[in-house]
Order: sequence, then structure tokens, then C-alpha cells
Amino acid sequence: MTGSSSGAPAARPFGRVPAMFRTLLTSIRQGLPAIFSVAAALAAWEIYVRVSGISALVLPAPSRVVSQIADNRELLWANTWPTLQATLTGFAFSLSLAFTLSVLIDFVPKLRRALFPVFVISQTLPLVAIAPLVVLWFGFGLTPKILLVALVTFFPMLIALVDGYESTEPEIEALLASMGASRAGIFRRARLPSAMPYFFAGLRISITYAVVAAIFAEYVGARAGLGIVILNAKNSFRPDLMLAAVVISSALTLALFGATALMQWIVLGWRQAGAGR
Amino acid sequence: MSALELSNIGLSFGGTPVLDDVSMHVAQGEFVSILGPSGCGKSSLLRLLTGALTPGRGEIRVGGAPLDGSPRAFAFMPQRDALMPWRRIIDNVILGLEIQGMGRAEARAKVRPLFATFGLDGFEHRYPAQLSGGMRQRAALMRTILQDRPVQLLDEPFGALDALTRAEMQRWLEHRWRDARWTTILVTHDVREAVALSDRIYVLSPRPARIIAEFEVPDRRPRLGRTLSPEAVRLEAELLDTLLTQTGDRS
Repeated sequence: MTGSSSGAPAARPFGRVPAMFRTLLTSIRQGLPAIFSVAAALAAWEIYVRVSGISALVLPAPSRVVSQIADNRELLWANTWPTLQATLTGFAFSLSLAFTLSVLIDFVPKLRRALFPVFVISQTLPLVAIAPLVVLWFGFGLTPKILLVALVTFFPMLIALVDGYESTEPEIEALLASMGASRAGIFRRARLPSAMPYFFAGLRISITYAVVAAIFAEYVGARAGLGIVILNAKNSFRPDLMLAAVVISSALTLALFGATALMQWIVLGWRQAGAGR
Repeated sequence: MSALELSNIGLSFGGTPVLDDVSMHVAQGEFVSILGPSGCGKSSLLRLLTGALTPGRGEIRVGGAPLDGSPRAFAFMPQRDALMPWRRIIDNVILGLEIQGMGRAEARAKVRPLFATFGLDGFEHRYPAQLSGGMRQRAALMRTILQDRPVQLLDEPFGALDALTRAEMQRWLEHRWRDARWTTILVTHDVREAVALSDRIYVLSPRPARIIAEFEVPDRRPRLGRTLSPEAVRLEAELLDTLLTQTGDRS
């Protein structure tokens, strides 16, 4: 819905960034079918609501959701900030945890066998049951949100990193060893860069869970946040306001997804190199 | 004086002998090939030299001093180019210097003038994926030579190239070697390559590897791009014959 126009405004080809500009144009052109299909779905929805005369208490039209966003922008903004804060803090914690553990596991392979079962079990826990317990144990502050975001997002990144290290070409490692590189030097110069494409795949999966996990944690117990807006709107029979908060949360996820894509584009620039000839 | 001397080297893995009493020597500026059937223990021999393995018996001396692992004597060029796809060519070739402790800027400045010699002028800032197989191999050789070690160790460097590129690379290597006279050990199973490039050739038996023959190549250089002397042609046939019969009777 809101993501459809996200690429357009930045396109001003001043200076000399033709490569980036061309990439942008290409992605806009490739995005056109998506823009059309999303617009068509919204139009069908709007028309249905108007023609059928269904009550806005059951199914509000997209136009009404948009006007709700405008009317409640102060409420939404005030509650977006805590959600964004919980998401980013939780994700930062999750990322550093995944990275630290991946390095430990790479240097001490026995740890993998000791820790992986625990992590796999952690992924089997139903969030509906765990979230209230975590709030019960850690209160209404930031801590339970950080923990829940981490619980949901850290495993894909850890797996991606650990598998990524293993994907290192043995000949590159043999070469580095013959040059006199230490185990840590081999890790830094070969294993870590080899893992980067895998890592970004895991990162893209994780980041799409992060906002949802934060909202869910708020829904279960918080003072403010999009989760609270949704909860209150539900309790006062306001599906239009619920959907308004949903639109904001989707926009957050899309923005974070876009940020990881940009980071990948910068860090993995070498992967485009082969195609550029 | 020998740049490298191996005396009575023996090596086994869990009771299975891999190398059996291997002795050889390489003189300063000499190009020596080690020729043997696949799986004969050539790569174990290389790993002994790069320090990844230690011999069970025997002694390795480099420039007269026993090999003790620390000042490293060999620059190793693995079978496939092993260029790091995320590093530009210039940063790939300075890898050895970087590990020796040289700063990146200094290393780059040092190697930049050498790109022309290796036929890579103008490709310093490309990524490996943007180069042809031959150019990648030249970059890998450049990375090897730049480490400035006493002995260059080339492990089937052209094995993964197509026939035409391989021929081109062999000619190029012959030409470069005639200028630079790097002390070189080439491990190969390509008889023609060994005869074309080497001063001397050692032939290894199948496992456990022993040295079953040693030949000097009786021809002047350059050898590629012209007809070999009758003696060299005869040597080629004899080498192939030795390899084939050896592989036959020991199994």
C-alpha cells in the first residue's frame, strides 16, 4: 500500500551517479506491475465498500483508513516511536548476539552441538504463550520487547552466519595458511567476507519479523506503541483505526527492509561486478 | 648451493604410508617439475612444504637451514586461482604483503608498477569475476611472486583452464620465467607442460610415493612455439611410458 511510491522521490540525477540512478530507474520499472496490482486491489476494495454500503464498523474503505491516518497522525506518531525504538533496540541486541555466538561457534565447534538444540527448541515456542510470560517476568518496560524481538529474529541470522562461514572456499583458507595467517586472520580475511551473502539473506528474513514481534509484545503489555493503538482500537470497535496502525507498521517493516537492501547493495557491491561486463 | 633439499622424507596417515623415502633438491633459479599420477601424494608433499603437515621422517632444508615453519620459504599458488571475489585485483595480489604486516596503501603503491609485467595493466580495480580465466591465473601468479619467498610452489596452476588458454599461459609463464628466473617447483600431471617448462623433472610413483626417475630436459629455451629437439620429444614419450607402466604394475 504505502510501499508503492517509496522509490520515486529520490530520483534527481545531479552529480555523477549514473550507475545508481540507472539501478533506481530499473527497479522502478520492475516495480510497476506490483504498483498496478496493489492499486487494483485497493480500488476493488474501495468500490466494494461503496457499492455494498457495508458499515465502516465492519469493513472501512481504504480512503477512510487514509483519512484516519491523517486525523490521528499525532496519536500514531506518538505511538510509532516506542515501537520503532523497541524494534531497533531488540534487533540490534539480536544482531550482536547472533554475531557473537556465530564467532564463538566458529572457533569452538563443540559449542555448536551444545547450543543448537537449545536454539531450535527456542524457535518452537508459541509466541502467544511466551509473550505474556516474558511480560510477567520483565514488566511493561523495554526489556520484554527486546527479548521477544530477539527471540523471533536471532535464529535466521545465526544460521546464516554459521553456514556462511562454512561456505568459505578451502583453497582460499589453504592459501592464507601458506602465507602465515593465523586462525583469527583467516576468519577475518576469508570466512567473514564469505559469509556476507548468507548473512544478508538471513538479515532480510529477520527484519521482516522484527516489527511484528515488537507490536505483538506491546499488544500483550505496554504503555504505548502501535500494539497498544491496535489493542485500544479493537476494544472500541474501530477497525478503521486498527487498519491505520497496520498501515504504519507495514510501512515501518518496508522501510527497514529497504534499509537492509541498501546496506547489502553497499557491502556486496562486488557481486554486481561480474554482471557489469 | 641448493635452494631446497629434501632428504629421505617419509609420511604416513594413520599407518598408511603416503610418502616413502622421497629425496630431491632444487637449485637457486631452477625450474623443477614434479610429475606423478593423480592421488600419488603430490598434494601431501606440497602441504609438507607449506607447513600444513610435518614429515614423519627425514629433513627439509631451505637455503641450507632446516625448515622450522617460521620464516616461511614458500609462496604457494593453489590449483584454482583462489582469488577472493570480494577483493579487487590489486587487493588480491597484495594479500601476502598484507599478512606479512605491510599497510594496504604502501602495498598497493609497491605493486602498482608491476601490473604491466603481468599483463594486467588497467585491471587493478576490477573484481576477479570481471577477468578472463587466463588473467585470473596471472593475478594468482602475481600474488604468489609478490610474497618474495625463496621458492615458488605452483600446484597444477593451469589445470582448470581450457586448452587454448592453458597453452597461452604456458607460453607466457615460460617467457616471464626466462626474465625473472624464479626458483620454482611445478606440480603437474601434464607431461608436455613439464617438458616444456622445466630444467629437471622428478617422477613420482603411485602411493606410497617414491621418486622413480629424474630427468634433465635436453633442450634449449624457449621451447614453446617451435618444434622440440628429438631428445626432448623422446623424453616426453619416455615420461609418459614411465607414468603409465608404473600406474599399471603397482595396482
